[in-house]
Amino acid sequence: MYNFDLIRPSTLEEAVKALGQDEAQALGGGQTLIPTLKQRLAMPETLVSLSGIDAIKGVCVHDDGRLSIGGGTTHATVAREAAAHYPGLAALAASIGDPAVRARGTIGGSLANNDPSACYPAAALGSGATIVTNAREIAADDYFQGMFTTALDDGEIITEVRFPVPEAAAYQKFEQPASRFALVGVFVARYADGVRVAVTGASEEGVFRWSEAEAALSSNFAADALKDLSVPADGMIGDLHGTPDYRAHLVKVLTGRAVAAAS
Amino acid sequence: MPKDHGIGASPTRREDVRFLTGRGKYTDDIALHGQTYAVFARSQVANGVIKSIDTSEAEAMPGVLAVFTGEDFVDVGGNPAGWQINSRDGQPMKEPKRPVLAHGKVRHVGDAYAAVIAETEEQARDAAEAIVAEIDEEPAVVDMGKALADGAPLVHDEIGTNQCFDWGWIEDNRAATDEAIKNAPHVTTLELVNNRLVPNAMEPRASTADYDPGTGEYTLYTTSQNPHLTRLLISAFVLGIPENKLKVVAPDVGGGFGSKIYHYGEEALVLAAAKKIGRPVRWTASRSESFLTDAHGRDHVTKIELACEKDGTFIAFRTETMANVGAYLSNFSTATPTFLHGTLMAGNYAVPNVYVNVKAVFTNTAPVDAYRGAGRPEATYSLERVIDMAARELGIDPLEIRRKNFVQPDQFPFTSAAGLEYDTGNYGALVDKLEEMIDRDGFEARRKASEKNGKLRGLGVNTYIEACGIAPSNLVGVLGSRVGLYDAATVRVNATGNIAVMVGAHSHGQGHETAFPQVVADMLGIDENSVEIVHGDTSKIPFGMGTYGSRSLAVCGSAVVRATEKVINKGKKIAAHMLEASEADIEFTDGQFSVAGTDKSVGFGEVALKAYIPHDFPLEDLEPGLEETAFYDPANFTYPAGAYACEVEVDPETGKVTVCSFAAADDFGNVINPMIVEGQVHGGLAQGIGQALIEGTVYDENGQLLSGTYMDYAMPRADDFPMFKVDHSCQTPCTHNPLGVKGCGEAGAIGSPPAIVNGVIDALQRGGIDVTHIDMPLSPGRVWQAINGAQ
Ligand SMILES: Cc1cc2nc3c(=O)[nH]c(=O)nc-3n(C[C@H](O)[C@H](O)[C@H](O)COP(=O)(O)OP(=O)(O)OC[C@H]3O[C@@H](n4cnc5c(N)ncnc54)[C@H](O)[C@@H]3O)c2cc1C
Repeated sequence: MYNFDLIRPSTLEEAVKALGQDEAQALGGGQTLIPTLKQRLAMPETLVSLSGIDAIKGVCVHDDGRLSIGGGTTHATVAREAAAHYPGLAALAASIGDPAVRARGTIGGSLANNDPSACYPAAALGSGATIVTNAREIAADDYFQGMFTTALDDGEIITEVRFPVPEAAAYQKFEQPASRFALVGVFVARYADGVRVAVTGASEEGVFRWSEAEAALSSNFAADALKDLSVPADGMIGDLHGTPDYRAHLVKVLTGRAVAAAS
Repeated sequence: MPKDHGIGASPTRREDVRFLTGRGKYTDDIALHGQTYAVFARSQVANGVIKSIDTSEAEAMPGVLAVFTGEDFVDVGGNPAGWQINSRDGQPMKEPKRPVLAHGKVRHVGDAYAAVIAETEEQARDAAEAIVAEIDEEPAVVDMGKALADGAPLVHDEIGTNQCFDWGWIEDNRAATDEAIKNAPHVTTLELVNNRLVPNAMEPRASTADYDPGTGEYTLYTTSQNPHLTRLLISAFVLGIPENKLKVVAPDVGGGFGSKIYHYGEEALVLAAAKKIGRPVRWTASRSESFLTDAHGRDHVTKIELACEKDGTFIAFRTETMANVGAYLSNFSTATPTFLHGTLMAGNYAVPNVYVNVKAVFTNTAPVDAYRGAGRPEATYSLERVIDMAARELGIDPLEIRRKNFVQPDQFPFTSAAGLEYDTGNYGALVDKLEEMIDRDGFEARRKASEKNGKLRGLGVNTYIEACGIAPSNLVGVLGSRVGLYDAATVRVNATGNIAVMVGAHSHGQGHETAFPQVVADMLGIDENSVEIVHGDTSKIPFGMGTYGSRSLAVCGSAVVRATEKVINKGKKIAAHMLEASEADIEFTDGQFSVAGTDKSVGFGEVALKAYIPHDFPLEDLEPGLEETAFYDPANFTYPAGAYACEVEVDPETGKVTVCSFAAADDFGNVINPMIVEGQVHGGLAQGIGQALIEGTVYDENGQLLSGTYMDYAMPRADDFPMFKVDHSCQTPCTHNPLGVKGCGEAGAIGSPPAIVNGVIDALQRGGIDVTHIDMPLSPGRVWQAINGAQ
């Protein structure tokens, strides 16, 4: 780790201001950022901890029926407090890492980081969520822009994520044996106006929607509907843990299982 | 009724009180006044010529006290291999020098070429990054086959080859084995890989050195399984510090699994630095450094052939193995693939012909050395996989083909075709026990239930034998060991009757502090809580060869027994004096010295007190004090054996393997503390199943370690396992050590990988998928690939 200053503001305004300085970076739960710092892979001058800002924490149901989760809310809190409203999302949060990771890691940190194997991006994209920042609202479809890349500007803070609550949803995560992140993860959500299928862990472009499956499932919400579909291996990740072919295959298997689990 | 004290009882581990309450004291917990910090500059390339190293900027940085490079150590010795192996042509192995810091060339990613000493660790790290090293990268060799090919880049230019040795065992049996295979009615051939593993002890390596200019004495606190050997190597080979001026302390050590048996360059560096700057120097590895520089394990590529009759009677095993030794020879690296592997290639079987050829190969990767099991897992895996394959080809039940070929109980002592003399065993009884444990009859119903859920279920079995209690010095001397492998103990009885036992074994998770007192207390008829174990400090214990090879109880425990016997004999002299009887008439039972045939007796405590208050001793016949030392050199290896079985489920859609049950029946001879033995087996099983299913060390072709963090190197976790069923009631006590014990520390890691792989192959075959072998680790991706390839 290189030396840095740490500040811990209690309001969003102060945080935004602090992040306006050179070489300042937001610190959420630190579950991604701290290991990066320890390996000396980043050298921010100032870390602005968001953990003191109560206004961006918590889970509640919005007037329009959407589930609203503060950007600084931990995975553990989501697992607990979203369970009654959006069980598929709560179960996803409960499947992230281990208890220590869930006690500190936040939804805002996960979405800001947009790791290609992370779980929340699949839920956000699969739910057609809205990512709310200190400056604007961004539709999930516009937000994810490839591995570790998002629509966020420098210093922009995710304050809230709004999830339309589906009629049925499930996340199927096939764990990479070492990291236990998603080797492939598929989030399926059925809404009155159609089905959304979001895939994480598989593509070199990061989280993506499998539109053929969405179309097929929108007319017939059953694993059978996927029978004649396949995902091309082109552009899938190949690494120590799986070839592009394997990942493409898993996308289909897990989509089927997610549908079965949701229905 | 289970015993509640002494040999055979299971008192909870007394050391756990300090470990579980955060009071363990590890090397990194030792804070010396004025200590400084060392950080190493390590090679980013696998093979490169060091053109220049500019340390001037680093030296000028804040807090920097000294910078070392390989240049500073050209005049000191190298870290040697402990065993000299000769090739089939009689030539000694190639033994390039392993320097303290790389000089001239770097040979693997992580090879240290410079070190910075500074006031703080951060300052040292900053300065290490400021060292400018001009290193010309050269093509690396990673694959052993390519390393042996003509024109391959050389790891060590001065030896002119990447082959360390080409060893035959037993060379005189080669022709007969070839002939037997040529004429055999059935030959099964299998090519397999025994995957390289990173040991991953929970505590990373760490070393702190202190030098006292007033006495000229050095102290090294270090994470060692083997402090005396470390002292010997540093003194005799590396730095030349006289042994009497060097104290090596291995305090609490958080796991070793082999990786901390050896002497490493970092230890020599901190010693030299402490003297140079006149202050203590401390180094603790980061996890990344551990991945890159701890000696790795296994890494064999093997072709094995089993020749047999149509009825499954074994005729011959012939093995050709390439063993990776990495970039440098670590201390046991030449013994592991040879005498700890080749000599076991007859397994539990009365097979007449065995021949093993091992080529050890240098590559631009981390050194490879003994890792939990060391050679025996490689032997067991090869044998038990090829046997399973042969059984399937011949349509014979996998347990029956083994039973049929076992050395029978009335054949012991039995000299195997690979040259070892097995003292005792009963392998059929182990298989009987195993069958009792696994409800084989119910398997079909369980398989059907799995099938209903879309899963393929398989049953995997195997047996194993290993050689522990390392080792008889006379034998290993003939085989090339440069050290003796005895152990030592001192039993010191204090005036008030309690006892300190100084042992050469080193406990880093094994529970010696609990088990050894059980032995002493049992022999002396006293409370085991009045016996304390002292270990890990060369200034306190007589000598020792450390802990590895499941040797602690079999070898050091035997020394403890011998020393305790001497204490009893001395006690008899004192008792005879106290009771005014002849020494020959004194009997010792249940803590009482008594005169045979009378009611006259004195307790152990009274005798102890008398030993230190010798007012009326006849001093020419009777010395005061009650303290005895014994060295014990075993007459033979010990031979634990076992029969293992597991049931696995394979998800054919994803390739994921789930271990549903695992049963282990082991013969460890007599058992001192059943709970500790069970724990050792559990740990071993976890490591063996980890190897079989998920642990894979991957270097790319440039020698970069791709699996260098826990994000990519899969360590097994508790939820990867079912509840284990273990049994050690089949006991054929070792015939040549006083406790009749065999050693249990490695068995689980040795016996479990073939059971898992056999189980997965069985599951696939029963599911109609014709896959006959998959190389470990059987990760989901690989299993799916195999299924996919077969369809
Ligand atoms: C052992 C382990 C296992 C894990 N397993 C999983 C898993 O299975 N699935 C999974 O999805 N993830 C997993 N993670 C990652 C975990 O979910 C992290 O918590 C998450 O990715 C980052 O969240 P954080 O709050 O810790 O962010 P930090 O690490 O603090 O920050 C990450 C990045 O986000 C930025 N940031 C943080 N908060 C905000 C915000 N509110 N607005 C804008 N930018 C912000 C930071 O500046 C930084 O760039 C694991 C992590 C660990 C250590």
